[in-house]
Amino acid sequence: MKQFFIFVKKEFFHIWRDRRTLLILFGMPIMQVMIFGFALTNEVKNSKIGILDLSKDEATAKLSERISASQYFDLVENLKSSSDIDASFRKGDTKMVIIFPEHFRESLLHSNSVQVQLIADASDPNTATTLINYASAIINDYQDELMGETKLPYTITTQTRMLYNPQQKGAYNFVPGVMAMILMLVCTMMTSIAIVKEKETGTMEVLLVSPLKPIMVILAKAVPYLLLSIVNIISILLLSVYVLDVPIAGSLALLMFTSILFIITSLSLGLLISSFTASQQTAMLISLMGLFMPTLLFSGFMFPIENMPIPMQVISNLVPAKWYYYIVKSVMIKGLGIEAIWREVLILTGMTVFLLTVSIKKYNVRLA
Amino acid sequence: MTDEKVITAKALTKKFADFIAVNAISFEVSKGEIFGFLGANGAGKTTAMRMLCGLSLPTSGEATVAGFDVYKESEKIKKNIGYMSQKFSLYEDLTVKENMRFYGGIYGLTEKRIKEKSQQVLADLHMEAEQNKLVKSLPLGWKQKLAFSVAIFHEPAIVFLDEPTGGVDPVTRREFWEMIYQAAQNGTTVFVTTHYMDEAEYCNRVSIMVDGRIEALDTPTNLKKQFNTASMDEVFLQLARKAVRQAD
Repeated sequence: MKQFFIFVKKEFFHIWRDRRTLLILFGMPIMQVMIFGFALTNEVKNSKIGILDLSKDEATAKLSERISASQYFDLVENLKSSSDIDASFRKGDTKMVIIFPEHFRESLLHSNSVQVQLIADASDPNTATTLINYASAIINDYQDELMGETKLPYTITTQTRMLYNPQQKGAYNFVPGVMAMILMLVCTMMTSIAIVKEKETGTMEVLLVSPLKPIMVILAKAVPYLLLSIVNIISILLLSVYVLDVPIAGSLALLMFTSILFIITSLSLGLLISSFTASQQTAMLISLMGLFMPTLLFSGFMFPIENMPIPMQVISNLVPAKWYYYIVKSVMIKGLGIEAIWREVLILTGMTVFLLTVSIKKYNVRLA
Repeated sequence: MTDEKVITAKALTKKFADFIAVNAISFEVSKGEIFGFLGANGAGKTTAMRMLCGLSLPTSGEATVAGFDVYKESEKIKKNIGYMSQKFSLYEDLTVKENMRFYGGIYGLTEKRIKEKSQQVLADLHMEAEQNKLVKSLPLGWKQKLAFSVAIFHEPAIVFLDEPTGGVDPVTRREFWEMIYQAAQNGTTVFVTTHYMDEAEYCNRVSIMVDGRIEALDTPTNLKKQFNTASMDEVFLQLARKAVRQAD
């Protein structure tokens, strides 16, 4: 055991002395969260909207006022007819148009039900959804207030239309995506490079001739990256909660547990890569092209998997990040518990066991 | 040199599929001996050495290293040997001292022992001033000597040197061989592969491998007599030319 710690300590020396890598290790997560985070929040605040009020009554005036008073919206245009809508979007500034139908107040009071139409520019699906959600929330608030006053079941339903991107399934939450990406990169690429480096410099041979068991060598190489990745997760979570106001809706313990599971999956993948590559460049290329790209493409983070052709959907199941992304989204954003994600956790566990078994076997074969 | 045998090999063989890398080699090495293990590239030296180091299981034949069986006791063998590869085997981004601590540590030496031994090695190499420098900042000759000191840091019974002096200048090579003699005098057996025939002359006994077999094994003086030449170079060339196998 003492030998193991001496080894781990040596690994930390390697990481510490390589300042550039260190910067990537810790700078990248912060940078990515900032880039993704502020790109998102800036757009949603003060978004330009138009309102087409065909009713012009007390209720619509009140609703319009509330919507334009909110920090998210900036009412720039009062449209006169439905033919103006298209022109307004085409000018490019308007992100959303809210349409109140004729006789809004009467319908609400007499038939207890009325529809508001929300039309959003979904060429940026993320912003579009966010805007729709905010507007719906304001309308719902108003509806609740009315109900509170009269005890009558008033319902204002919102009908939404996404312009330019009708399926609009790409509403991604970037924090889970960034977490999956960073962990994949740090754990898989860095571990495989660290191990292959020993092969390249010839020190691996010396280690194999030493009384250290190969499995110990490999574990000792992986431990520092496990610890660093946990630090990274914590910093991403802190940033998202305190800087970006993305709260952790579900259990933090569950989130950490599943993250550590995913870290181990990624580490095993790194081990596997290192077992069949001989140079650092190859290991890096395989990690980047073979893992980073699929993670980006097939995790559902950037592109909705449902829209892909069936063969691609099948392939996406092989990408560990897909399952982790789903888990983080469920736990962190939706606040779901283990009952909602046990299947994904099992799949990740299975992948980890498989990868570990194969890579340890490969190391033993090398020795035979 | 005593008559105690620290390495014995009897008909040691390694096959990869239908390729016989090492073909029934037999030899013995005595305690404190400097044993030169020669052969052209691809003759099977590395494979033979890997079997003796416990990195690779023989296909057939017998061998013991430091009294332990290569089939069943490779863990015990590993504790009793040192190894220096042809590639430079220290960590460039660790300091001289950290390298010694690390290698001493993985061989299970105590903190106290590591400290004493480090001081002694630094004094022997006149490197006290460099102990906290990163290894990559040292000249190659120093690195090589340091690597050898680290390979025998845990005082193994046998040290395996795989082409240890590649790319080193003649002066340093000379100094390096003085270190090898010193180690042998202290009772460490030295098993060395080399391509330099002047180095072969420094060995107590030399074996020359051709196509997986040991074609000649004797002292350099006897070998020169046997092949009727003045230099080991000629001995080696006469044997190596017989090779059928291509170097890999």
